[in-house]
Amino acid sequence: MSTLTTQDTFTPILESAPSNFLEQRLQGKDQYLTQGLPALKAEEYKFTLIRKKIEQTISDIRNAHVFDLDRDQVNQSIFPGFDGSVLVFTNGRLNLELSNYDENLSISKISDQQDLPLGSIAKAEKDPFVGLNQAGFPDGVFISVAKKVKIEKPVLLLSFNKSNEGQVIQPRVWIEAGDFAEASFIDHSVSMDDSPYFINKVVEIKGGVNSQLGYYRIQNEGAHAIEVSTLETDIREHSRFTSVNVSLSGDMVRNNLNLNLIGSNSEGNMYGLYLLNGKTHVDNHTNVDHTIPHAESNELYKGILADQSRGVFNGKIFVRQDAQKTNAFQQNNNILLSEDAVVNTKPQLEIWADDVKCSHGCTTGQLDEEALFYLRARGIDKTQAKGLLLYAFAGEVLEHIEEESFRDYCISLVSDRLGSKF
Amino acid sequence: MSKDNQILEEFTSKEYEHGWSVNYEADEAPVGLNEDIIRWISVKKEEPQWLLEWRLKAFKTWQSMTEPEWANVQYPKIDLQALKYYSAPKQKSKPKSLDELDPELLAIYERLGISLNEQKRLQGIAVDAVLDSVSVATTFKETLSKLGIVFCSFSEAVKEHPELVKKYLGSVVPITDNYYAALNSAVFSDGSFCYIPKGVRCPMELSTYFRINAANTGQFERTLIVAEDESYVSYLEGCTAPQRDENQLHAAVVEIYAGAHAEVKYSTVQNWFPGDKNGKGGIYNFVTKRGICAGDHSKISWTQVETGSAVTWKYPSCILKGDHSIGEFYSVAVTNNYQQADTGTKMIHIGKNTKSRIVSKGISAGKSQNSYRGQVQVMKRATNARNFSQCDSLLMGDRCGAHTFPYIDIHNPTAKVEHEATTSKIGEDQIFYCNQRGIATEDAVALIVNGYAKEVLNQLPMEFAVEAQKLLALTLEGSVG
Repeated sequence: MSTLTTQDTFTPILESAPSNFLEQRLQGKDQYLTQGLPALKAEEYKFTLIRKKIEQTISDIRNAHVFDLDRDQVNQSIFPGFDGSVLVFTNGRLNLELSNYDENLSISKISDQQDLPLGSIAKAEKDPFVGLNQAGFPDGVFISVAKKVKIEKPVLLLSFNKSNEGQVIQPRVWIEAGDFAEASFIDHSVSMDDSPYFINKVVEIKGGVNSQLGYYRIQNEGAHAIEVSTLETDIREHSRFTSVNVSLSGDMVRNNLNLNLIGSNSEGNMYGLYLLNGKTHVDNHTNVDHTIPHAESNELYKGILADQSRGVFNGKIFVRQDAQKTNAFQQNNNILLSEDAVVNTKPQLEIWADDVKCSHGCTTGQLDEEALFYLRARGIDKTQAKGLLLYAFAGEVLEHIEEESFRDYCISLVSDRLGSKF
Repeated sequence: MSKDNQILEEFTSKEYEHGWSVNYEADEAPVGLNEDIIRWISVKKEEPQWLLEWRLKAFKTWQSMTEPEWANVQYPKIDLQALKYYSAPKQKSKPKSLDELDPELLAIYERLGISLNEQKRLQGIAVDAVLDSVSVATTFKETLSKLGIVFCSFSEAVKEHPELVKKYLGSVVPITDNYYAALNSAVFSDGSFCYIPKGVRCPMELSTYFRINAANTGQFERTLIVAEDESYVSYLEGCTAPQRDENQLHAAVVEIYAGAHAEVKYSTVQNWFPGDKNGKGGIYNFVTKRGICAGDHSKISWTQVETGSAVTWKYPSCILKGDHSIGEFYSVAVTNNYQQADTGTKMIHIGKNTKSRIVSKGISAGKSQNSYRGQVQVMKRATNARNFSQCDSLLMGDRCGAHTFPYIDIHNPTAKVEHEATTSKIGEDQIFYCNQRGIATEDAVALIVNGYAKEVLNQLPMEFAVEAQKLLALTLEGSVG
């Protein structure tokens, strides 16, 4: 499918790869070279022409360097009321001096670790970008929560990004949690300027049995940021994993979220909101793999699209032959606000077991005229009424964020957007 | 579970009813596919030059294409060079009426349950029967022609109404459309042609019956239905094939053109030989069906009941070009044993205020795989487009699969598009409820399945609905999930 040039794009990254984790890097490189960047019309990247975008926008293909930050800049970016652990990253690399965290957490740079099974959860053969990251990531973070430890307050992964002697940022995150551990993470990136850069992020989460983990994420990068990010996790017996992803801006964003339910009585939840304007293009691909009986997955993704934005949603539910008694629910709702906004959605079910309850629903439409009329009849002006209805629409996703300060922060961003826009 | 398996076992031993073949003398093309074969077919059918050129152009296009592999089906590749592309029952002279038809041919149709004579007398359905590749008889032709309706075999249409054929052939499914459509355009041997003039309401249902009889032949029929402005027609199609160990290819093309205020209702019951219980043999059904609502307020409705074929690859689609046009797709697809079906529809909304409705009911049993693949596309200027899709799957047995691949692409903010899908098996509580009321498990399953598929079966014309219901009950007898 792919020609020579598709692999050549990232040659400088491959050539300058560090020498640690050599075996995994070689394997990643191999996978990247075998697959190449997604060709035009490649099914997995059908509506997201990421390769073209990268080739047009990104000229300096090198891993962007770290840069200096002062504590004030960090403090300004932490949302009001937040008092949990904070890990600070510049261009994907951990800055331990500016970080402070709960003593129950064990945290280090990936380069300080020896035998991490990187790539054992997010597998390079599934996606060329995972291969690229695995081959060429400069460094990353290792987070470990010990057995039976409950981290009360969420851990904020605060990343500062800008192009700096290179426009490629490749963060790598490895999170492992022991049996009965509980923790939640908030992933927030801040663009330092409006420069174009390409983030290729891979997050791997290895949960123990009976663990309770959450990963919340807000994406409001600069208007020239291109991002491909992959989060993959294995969910074991009696465990629960919840992901909430809120996308607000960027140039082109592609999120791959893969949940593997590998233990019975486990539960995977995926919630997403994409509230887009301008020319932002956000593509959410989620994949739930039910491999064992008695597991449950829930998914709700909602989109509000204005201007010339484009939302892509592809939700896959796989139910393997042994995964009897599976409950899987998936829903995707979209509201289009402008003539030029586009939505492409593909809620996909692949069921190989018979004793399951699976359903998916998908709608695309406008605001309910009757609801709008109801509000206006009660003296609420049109702009406000619309904002109110859209806010209610979006709220269904935001309510799944458990951490209050972060939820309030998301709500304020969303209502600002809805208020200013409508 | 063991009882279920036992019942499944019993059921899977049920053989295909229409699996007989009759030895009649046939006029066949040599094995293989090349330009000469196409010329041979063209000469054999006494076709005009333009059609031959059209075929050759399609053949050239086809040579540059590769076999599609995106469908969720697996099958050994077909050696297209090993097929015969033309097989016609030998007739001593051209028949003028049914009475002159070869009695052996008529016997075939009688065994199929569509006695032409009987149909003629009792049901008032006009039948065009296509055996292997050639249309053998068209009943009721004269009655129809009084209204100006043309209903005849494709070859006849080429001879008698070349201007119509030339105008509409390939207008909905162009030769470049896909691999099998291009192949069909190059080698199609016969099919049905139907033309309803402006303002005419066809007084009876038009029906075609397809059957592959000869071994090692591919059947490539071409159906063209043209409904001019303000006309109405209901068209039925049925299919069977004898039981053979090797796989046979059926690559048909159906084109429907509906003018302003015209309505075309197309119903089909496909009962091709699905292969035996070990998955050996059976028909590969790779069909391109598409209709265009060219005028305003036009309507095309597809209803299909799929019980046959080893591998099905079929997406009857509607292009809703005219404003206020309506597209409908109702489907029941049943797969059993090793059958694989990848079927669905495409609704392309181009005109304003266009509406479409998709109801797809999949039932998988045994070790079969059943996929729904559909696309709803709302173009930028399709203001107020409305779509509702529902695709449900019913699983029977723990070795089968049900898959859903809906693509929804919306480019207009006024569009209202809904899609919902569920997958489940027949509940033990439902069976128990029926058992309690003295309904045996087998009957309960039939009852539940029929209820499940009712929304679609209701769309079928009366005679077909009865047949489909029987077929459904028969196909699923004993397969309690």
